[in-house]
Amino acid sequence: MRVRITFSKTGALRYIGHLDLHALWERAARRAELPLAYTKAYHPQPKIYLASALPLGFSSCCEVVDLRLTQDVDVVNLPVLIQAAMPSGIGILNAEIVDEQGPPLQTQVIAADYEVTITRTSLASGPADLFKASLMLRSKELLAQSTLPRERRGKVYDLRPLIEQLAIISENKIFMRLTAREAATGRPEEVLDALGIAPENTEIERVNLIFQG
Amino acid sequence: MLSPEKIEAKLEQILLKVQKPGRYVGGELNIVVKDWEKIQTKVALVFPDIYDIGVSNVGLKILYDQINQREDALAERAYAPWTDMEALMRDCGIPLYSLESKRPLSGFDIIGFSLPYETLYTNTLNILDLAGIPVRSSDRDGSHPIIIAGGHAATNPEPMHAFVDAFVIGEGEEVIHEIINTLERVKRQKLDINNDAQIVNFNREILLRQLAAIPGVYVPKFYETHYLDDGTVSHVETLIDGIANPVVKRIVPHLTPAPTTFIVPNMEVVHNRVSVEIMRGCTRGCRFCQAGMITRPVRERSVDEIVEVSEAAINATGFEELALLSLSSSDFSCVVELVKKVSERFHGRKLTISLPSLRIESVSIDLMDKLREHYSGGFTLAPEAATERMRRIINKFIPDDEIINTAREIYRRGWTTIKLYFMIGHPSETMDDVQAIADLCKRIINEGRKVAGWKVKLNVGVSTFVPKPQTPFQWVSVDVRENIIAKQTLLKRELRDQNIKVSWTDPDDSLLEAWLTRGDRRMAEVVYTAWKMGAKFDAWNDQHRAGIWAAAFAKQRLDPAFYTYRQRRTDEVFPWDHITAAVRKNFLFQDFRQSLEGMIRVDCRLNCFACGILPTFSNLRRQNPGEVWKCPDVKSPPTRMLSSHSSPLGPNVSRNEVPVVGD
Repeated sequence: MRVRITFSKTGALRYIGHLDLHALWERAARRAELPLAYTKAYHPQPKIYLASALPLGFSSCCEVVDLRLTQDVDVVNLPVLIQAAMPSGIGILNAEIVDEQGPPLQTQVIAADYEVTITRTSLASGPADLFKASLMLRSKELLAQSTLPRERRGKVYDLRPLIEQLAIISENKIFMRLTAREAATGRPEEVLDALGIAPENTEIERVNLIFQG
Repeated sequence: MLSPEKIEAKLEQILLKVQKPGRYVGGELNIVVKDWEKIQTKVALVFPDIYDIGVSNVGLKILYDQINQREDALAERAYAPWTDMEALMRDCGIPLYSLESKRPLSGFDIIGFSLPYETLYTNTLNILDLAGIPVRSSDRDGSHPIIIAGGHAATNPEPMHAFVDAFVIGEGEEVIHEIINTLERVKRQKLDINNDAQIVNFNREILLRQLAAIPGVYVPKFYETHYLDDGTVSHVETLIDGIANPVVKRIVPHLTPAPTTFIVPNMEVVHNRVSVEIMRGCTRGCRFCQAGMITRPVRERSVDEIVEVSEAAINATGFEELALLSLSSSDFSCVVELVKKVSERFHGRKLTISLPSLRIESVSIDLMDKLREHYSGGFTLAPEAATERMRRIINKFIPDDEIINTAREIYRRGWTTIKLYFMIGHPSETMDDVQAIADLCKRIINEGRKVAGWKVKLNVGVSTFVPKPQTPFQWVSVDVRENIIAKQTLLKRELRDQNIKVSWTDPDDSLLEAWLTRGDRRMAEVVYTAWKMGAKFDAWNDQHRAGIWAAAFAKQRLDPAFYTYRQRRTDEVFPWDHITAAVRKNFLFQDFRQSLEGMIRVDCRLNCFACGILPTFSNLRRQNPGEVWKCPDVKSPPTRMLSSHSSPLGPNVSRNEVPVVGD
C-alpha cells in the first residue's frame, strides 16, 4: 500500500532539517507500529519519500510524504494514529491511498507557494500604507525585468523565470509562487533580497505544494 | 526577568545563524510541560555540555521523572549552548533558559547540575553566568535559585565548593524529594512577598541549614578546611550542629522503576537509543576504578523487569537501539537468560542490542551465540594491562590465553571488529609492560586472521590512568607527562598495521582531570580563574587550552605538581575525607598495600572483604534481604535508632534508615 500524508511543520520543528525530518518519520512510523516497507539493500532504508525539502526555519502547512507499507492499513484512522506518535510541531492533516505504480512523489512537484510575513519593518518608518505602496512598486519593477541574474552558493543563475507569481497582500504580507523542479528551484529569501528585505526580519511559511497533473 | 515570549522573539532573530539550531528549541516527544503558575516548586536540571551529549543522560532522566511525578513540582531541562550560540545570546541579552517553557533559569527555585566528570566544571560556571546567577555561592541571596549538584565528580566536591550551594552525595532518587519537601516547608514558614509578587524572599540561610541536615546532602558553607604547613589537610570541622561529618552517600535499597518515556530528540544526537540500567554497582574491585568503588552495593534488576521496560521504552520512543548498561554486564546473574529473553521479545523487529562492559572471563561462548541475531556492533573488551605483574597490581587479572581464546571465538563467530581498552600510567609500570600491550594486540589480530581472514580489525583504545578519590590508588602520583608521551609513542610505532587503529588521550587532558579530581578547596580559585580567562568545554579536545590552566595555577600561586606528582603520605588526610561512599579508608589503604605486593582480591560475590558498605547500611540491608543485593545478608541484631539530626555521625557509627527531616 502507498499512502500520501499531508502534514504541517511548525514551532520548534521549524529548526529541524530535511535529513532529521526523514529520521523523525521513521521513528514515528515505528511508534505508530506502521508496517513500513524497507529497501533490500545491505543497509535497508525505510521507504519514506518526502516531496520537497523545506529550508531550515520555514514553517509549513502543506508538506507531503509518501509511505510504502507492506500491508494495508485503515486510512481513515491513520491521521489520528500517526498524530499520537508525533511531537507537537508536526500536525497530520490528511492521509490518502495513492497508486502504487505512480511516479515518485519528488518528481511530481513543480512549484511551491510561500507566504512571507514581515515582522520588523526596520527598513521603513512611516505609515503602513506608504510602506505597502513602496513594496508594490519594488515588486512591479522586479517582475518587469526579463532576467534577474543572481549568485547563490558560488553559482550564477537567473531568478526571474522561477518567479511564477508575486503579490503584495498587505504592508507586511507577501505571497509568491516559485518554481520547484529539479535544478530549478526558487528560494523565497532570494526574492526577498531582490526586493530589499532582509530574511531575518521575516517569517516564511510554505502554504502549498503544486503537483503536475 | 524576560518572559518566555520575549525570549522566543529574540531566539527567532538568531537561531538561523548558529550550527544545529534544533539544540535550542525543545519541542521533543515525551517532554513534560506543566502549567508554570500552578506549580509550587520549579526545578531546572542541567547537563553542563551541549544538547547533543546531555539529552540522553539517564541520571537526569531518572530525576526528571521523579520530580514530574509530583503534583507540586516540575522539572525542565537546560544544556550548555555551543560557543556560537553563547556569543549571540550574550550579544542579544538572552539569558539561559529551559527548553520546555523557555523560562530563564534564574526563575527556577532549584537548579540541579549533573557532574559526571571534572572537565565540566568550567562549563558549570559558565552556565551560571549565562543564566545571570552569581557564580559564587556567597554572592547569592534569597532571590536566586538554590544551586545543587550531584554525580560521580561530587565524590570530591571541594574544587566546586565555592559555586554549588548543596551537593547530593550518592544516589538522588529519594534525596531530591527530601530537598523539595524542605524547600517547600521553609518557604511556607518564611514567606515574605514583595508588592510585585514576582520574587519571594526567604531566609536563604535557614534553607541551607535545613538542607545540610538531610542525610547525604553536603552544604560546603557549613564546613571549614584547615591545612598543615605542608599544604595538606589537617582536618575539616563542621561550623554548625546537627550536620554530618563525614557526609555519607545515599543509596536506594533497590533500583526504582526504570525510565521508559525517554525524550526523543528531533535531531541526530550522540546516543539515539534506549538505555536500561540492568545493575548498579560492581563487585570486581579493580583498584583504579572509581565507579566500581563508589556505586556499591550491587543491586540487580530482574530479567522480567528489564524485558518489560525495554519493550515499553522502544514502543514509547521508536529508537532502533537498546543498550543494556551496567559496570560489568557479564557479571549480571542471569545474563545469558537476559539476552535470550530480550532477543525473543524483539525477534523479527529491527533492533540493535548492545551489551557493553563485558568481562572477558564471563563472556561465554553461549552468551556470544545468543547475542548474534541483534548484536551488530563491535565487541569491546577491556584487558587494561598486558603483563601478569601489572594485572595483579590493578587487580584485574585475566591470563593472556583467556583473552586470546575469547577474541578468537568472537572473530570466528563473524564479528569483524574487536575493541580493546588498555590503560597506561599505572603505578610502577615500565616500558616492558607497555611493550607487552603491543605484543598482545599483535597476537590477537594474528589469531583473528587465522580463523577469519584478513578482514578482521582491531581498535585499541589506550587511556591514561588518573588516580581517583575513594579508590585504593588515591595515594599514588600520576605518571609524568614525558613518560606518558614515550609510552604512547611506543604503542603507535609498534601497532602500525592497516587493520589496527590506536586511539589515546592527550596527556594535557589527563593532567587537567588529575588536578581537578584530587583537588582541595584552593582549586576552586584555579577553576574560577581559568573560567574567567576563557576556559570552557574542557572535555573537548579542540577547546581545551593548557596555557590557560597553567596561568590560572600561577595566578593562585599553586603548584599543579602538588596535586599530581606527589605520592600521598600514608596518614594523610585527604580534602574529600569528610565525604564518603561508605567504602572505608582503611579498607582502601589495605587494598593499596596489597597492590604493592601484587596480591589479588577476588570478586566480592565470592568472598566479602568487609569494605564498609554493610556496617554503614546494615539496617537498610536487613530490610531488603536476599538476592536484591549482592552483599551477604546481615544477621546481627538491629542497632539503636538514632534521633533525626541531633548528633553528627562518626565514621564507625551504624547508619539506620534515613530519618525524614521535619514533617
